[in-house]
Amino acid sequence: MSAAVATPYMIHPARVVARRTETEGIYTFTLQFVDPELRRSYAFRAGQFNMLYAPGVGEVAISIVSDPTEPQLIEHTIRIVGRVTGVMARWKVGDIVGVRGPYGNGWPVEEAHGRDVVIITGGVGCAPTVGVINYIFRRREQYGELHILHGVKTPNDLLYRERFDEWRRAPRTKVYLTSDRPDKSWHYRIGVVTELFDELDVPSSSIVMMCGPEVMMRMAARSLLGKGIADDSIYLSMERRMECAVGLCGHCQWRQSFVCKDGPVFSYREARELFRVSGI
Amino acid sequence: MNEMLRLAKAGLDDLIAVLRQEGYRVFGPVARDGGVTFDEVNATSDLPVGMRDAQEPGCYRLVGGTPGEIFGVVNGAGSLKPFFFAPEEPLLEVKRVGKSFTVNEVAPPARRLAILGARACDLAAIAVQDRIFLHDRFRDTHYAARRKDTFIIAVNCAHAASTCFCLSMKTGPQATSGFDLALTEMDEAFVVQIGSAAGEAIIAKLALDAASGDEVADARARIEECATQMRRHLDTSDLPRLLYDEAENSRWDEVAKRCLSCTNCTMVCPTCFCHTIVDQEEIDGNMSRRVRKWDSCFSLEHAHIHGINFRPKIQNRYRQWLTHKLASWIDQFGTSGCVGCGRCITWCPVGIDLTEEVAALRATAGQR
Repeated sequence: MSAAVATPYMIHPARVVARRTETEGIYTFTLQFVDPELRRSYAFRAGQFNMLYAPGVGEVAISIVSDPTEPQLIEHTIRIVGRVTGVMARWKVGDIVGVRGPYGNGWPVEEAHGRDVVIITGGVGCAPTVGVINYIFRRREQYGELHILHGVKTPNDLLYRERFDEWRRAPRTKVYLTSDRPDKSWHYRIGVVTELFDELDVPSSSIVMMCGPEVMMRMAARSLLGKGIADDSIYLSMERRMECAVGLCGHCQWRQSFVCKDGPVFSYREARELFRVSGI
Repeated sequence: MNEMLRLAKAGLDDLIAVLRQEGYRVFGPVARDGGVTFDEVNATSDLPVGMRDAQEPGCYRLVGGTPGEIFGVVNGAGSLKPFFFAPEEPLLEVKRVGKSFTVNEVAPPARRLAILGARACDLAAIAVQDRIFLHDRFRDTHYAARRKDTFIIAVNCAHAASTCFCLSMKTGPQATSGFDLALTEMDEAFVVQIGSAAGEAIIAKLALDAASGDEVADARARIEECATQMRRHLDTSDLPRLLYDEAENSRWDEVAKRCLSCTNCTMVCPTCFCHTIVDQEEIDGNMSRRVRKWDSCFSLEHAHIHGINFRPKIQNRYRQWLTHKLASWIDQFGTSGCVGCGRCITWCPVGIDLTEEVAALRATAGQR
């Protein structure tokens, strides 16, 4: 190819340097580019994602959970849900896999400086929020109080239970957990996630970052607006089918936005109208 | 460059010959399987001379036209899109090397392409696709390589199919940009307009005379006549707002009862750009090609992720297509995604007409 600029679809080999099992079906891989030049030049922001490639099988969009100050070692937490991630589940230390990225806009971590931060997740764990929580803990003095809210259906859906317990013990941090179908092991709140929002007492200057089922985010946003938080201080990470990550394949369209290149993080001000209509 | 030239009908063979001498492969409309398709042409006789197309919603027929008329057929199912945005093409080759692998870009085949008979609406569609693939944040190098150095001979429309509505979309019937040469067909000759330095260089080899004032007037009158023939119209006033506000209009349920979600409209659309990329592995397992294929927002998989389909119903998918085409496309790319070629109307197996759907939404605005 004579073109000076490579195709945006170009994939780069990277080595699996660590593999950790989070729970059954969820693994965290640490990757390092094989090309030393790329290792030096690669940089990303909190909340961005990469396209990970299982050679000969296919690509999936996976958010980066490690810290942007260490871009040489890139961590991804992958939930095994389909054909491609099924192959990724077998990745071992030393394997060479494919990566291209980073893509997307990331979380508003600068805008959040000096403010109380509310992180809301729901359903089965949400890697993008784990990334931003880690990010804030590494720069704890730059942020106000941290509130982490997480609602699950059953206690089995709660991943990273030890991490939640660890965050709970940290200063200036509150963790709110709830389950609507608890068992004996559950010693947190019982009820649906919306009840957590009633419990939340934060100043209207707070900034919110959330990720999870759209119905949960919609209810959360409504409750947060009621607490006087502005719609452009409420951010949500959207999930859509992403195949190209560069705004060309068309799959991740959400009315006027391409979730891959215009998101995945949107303010509620941008999302509000779309949340009213189903099937967009 | 503003001077209009006269090319006798018989001279079209000379123009094709000159292009071939210059190393171009010349593609034009060719009658095949009851329609026209763009294929390689060596002479005027390869073109659908003396034919016309009769188009209606869900219906296409080639019929007899004016003897000797070379460009009587307005269009077929195929636009110019496949020349630049290939329906299927390998993008990357992934080769296993020991425990690692290498990735190489697969360059599109080198070729010098001349397109004869490009209509104004289809040229407008190329401009739309250029905006997406060449002038967005990420540049598609495969599209760029195919698009480069193509010689385009436009033909101004003298007839409108019943499904045409380029006037509403302000894209035709006269080609105003994006061509090297533009022809307007008359009874005995063409009036030739030069659109680029490359066009000027080619036409200079034919040593043509200037067209007379009468001929230029005749050519203009034929284009104007075409405009008056146009039966279909799309009221584009405040269209994005209408489609956004009417996202829950009951008309979507109504159209979904007719729509088969077959993807035909997206396949014949000259601007639809959705695609998917799949791995095609060699049988020995040592090499895999990342192959791009056209995709459609009407397919069930289009908005599907594990456990969730964001557009499970046909009404969701038809609304996505129409709203994207006429509204959100403008937000995304500063231009409508519709050029008024009418193909989606003709090639819809049940004859759904987007101009009718928009009119119905307008008439029933506010109805849930």
